[in-house]
Amino acid sequence: MAHAADFELTPPAIDADRAGHTKPTRTPTSTSTSTSTSTAPRRWRGAVLPLLALAVWWGVSATDISRSGLLVSPQQVVHTGIEQIASGALWRALSASLARELTGFALGTAGGLVLGGLLGFSRLAERVLGPSFNTFKQISLFAWIPLISVWFGLGDAAKVVFLSLAALLPVVAHVSDGIRNVSPELLEVARVYRYTRWQVVVRVVLPAALPSVFTGIYLALIYSWLATLGAEYLLVAGSGIGNMLIDGSEQFRMDLVLFGIVVIGIVGWALNASARLLERRLFAHRSR
Amino acid sequence: MSELLSRVQESNERNTKQSSKRSTQQNVEPQRTNDLQIRHVSKNYAQPGGNLEVLADIELDVAAGEFVSVVGASGCGKSTLLRLIAGLDAEFDGTIRLDGQTVAGTSLARGIVFQEHRLFPWLNVEQNIGVALRNSGLDAAQKRLAIAEHIELVGLGGFEHAYAHQLSGGMAQRVAIARGLVNRPSVLLLDEPFGALDALTRSRLQGELQRIWARERITMVLVTHDVEEAVFLGDRVVVMQPRPGRVKRVVDVPMARPRNRSDPEFIRIRDDVLREFAEPGGAADASL
Repeated sequence: MAHAADFELTPPAIDADRAGHTKPTRTPTSTSTSTSTSTAPRRWRGAVLPLLALAVWWGVSATDISRSGLLVSPQQVVHTGIEQIASGALWRALSASLARELTGFALGTAGGLVLGGLLGFSRLAERVLGPSFNTFKQISLFAWIPLISVWFGLGDAAKVVFLSLAALLPVVAHVSDGIRNVSPELLEVARVYRYTRWQVVVRVVLPAALPSVFTGIYLALIYSWLATLGAEYLLVAGSGIGNMLIDGSEQFRMDLVLFGIVVIGIVGWALNASARLLERRLFAHRSR
Repeated sequence: MSELLSRVQESNERNTKQSSKRSTQQNVEPQRTNDLQIRHVSKNYAQPGGNLEVLADIELDVAAGEFVSVVGASGCGKSTLLRLIAGLDAEFDGTIRLDGQTVAGTSLARGIVFQEHRLFPWLNVEQNIGVALRNSGLDAAQKRLAIAEHIELVGLGGFEHAYAHQLSGGMAQRVAIARGLVNRPSVLLLDEPFGALDALTRSRLQGELQRIWARERITMVLVTHDVEEAVFLGDRVVVMQPRPGRVKRVVDVPMARPRNRSDPEFIRIRDDVLREFAEPGGAADASL
């Protein structure tokens, strides 16, 4: 059964194995990428629903069914958007949010790498800190907000602490798992070739754990962005994209709220896409 | 090629670091230099239900340059024996000596190929073979040359930069064989190296291994449950019996190479070995 899968996955390799190992005319890398070619129409299927929703929205707001002010037209949202961009308000809010996001992400990731590495490499640390960490993980992040607001106020410091916490958890979990789950078979290979402890760590454990570490950092980026908005809603002080939404809601300006949501979506998508792109670049040669 | 090989050999001798000890041993046993001696080797596993005797008083000599096949049903301890020789498991009674020196821990003088290829997924073919040379004491140019020669030896020219997931099972196992040989070990241990391959690839690689052995004249010990494979490759076939694991019989295969599987003499010896498994008390599930 396993062989059947093998045939499908690497036809050129199998051919070479069978055909008496004459020099391969094609390199394995160039042939293995000969996957699907005509997926272009399929790729746009995901856009159907949003476009449809947009059309309905447009239609409804144009036919004057609702004049309540709860529903604004797409034109008005676009207009507000242009206004926000032109006045620099959007940029001020977005840069404040992103600066916090990245600070929290950087701090949380750095702490997570250290703590995760400790839990992964040291049995003692795992035994002493592991249970506490696993319990801590179960507590919803938002439960910490009252405590954080008492200790750090409602300003930037409190938000960054909250974001760091959000980024820390996935990094710790994935780093320690990645290190502990290194295949014992590969560690045995290192033993056969008399790798020193240091060589085992640098040459086997770290490269083997890298995809898992990256997943942790990727999740930290996403979580800290989600937490940025949470922090701005719950620790209301200063400026940010979340504050822009709150202002819009308080002033009953649905156009501002909707524009804010679109911006948040775009930022989230951009973070996600750039992380995926980086991941693909880094692990292009790996199967899993 | 031979010039480099002798240089590698020299460096291996440097690596064993006990050349003075060896020369005194040679005085005691002048004829027996490169051979493998297994004396009164027993191994027990403590189990909840009592003591499990995995190996009972194994006695085996393998001469330098000899190819010995060890065949037996699963559970007869043949793979355990190989792990003891490799130095991956030090908990046993009795002594194993290679080249006059008692086996303690792993050594670059004892190469091993496992059933799974165990290549590092983040390294390409070249780099995976280089794993074996990391602590060989060779300089960069010597390593490059040794790697290139062994890629050529296993017939993978053109695939130097391919990653494990781009290779078929048979090709990955060729890389594993090259990695096992690149240090020019005194003995190469093969732990069911073709067990996971489809029948066509397996018989192809058996032929390749025979060619490599005939050319390199490195002592090889092959563990397998495939009687035909054992007879096809071995100068001698050691038949092992389970519970406790012990040597039942040693069959000589006095046939010239390359061998032909349909040769009447080959069939006679193969059937002779197979009869050992058909008898009551022997394992009936020896595959062919």
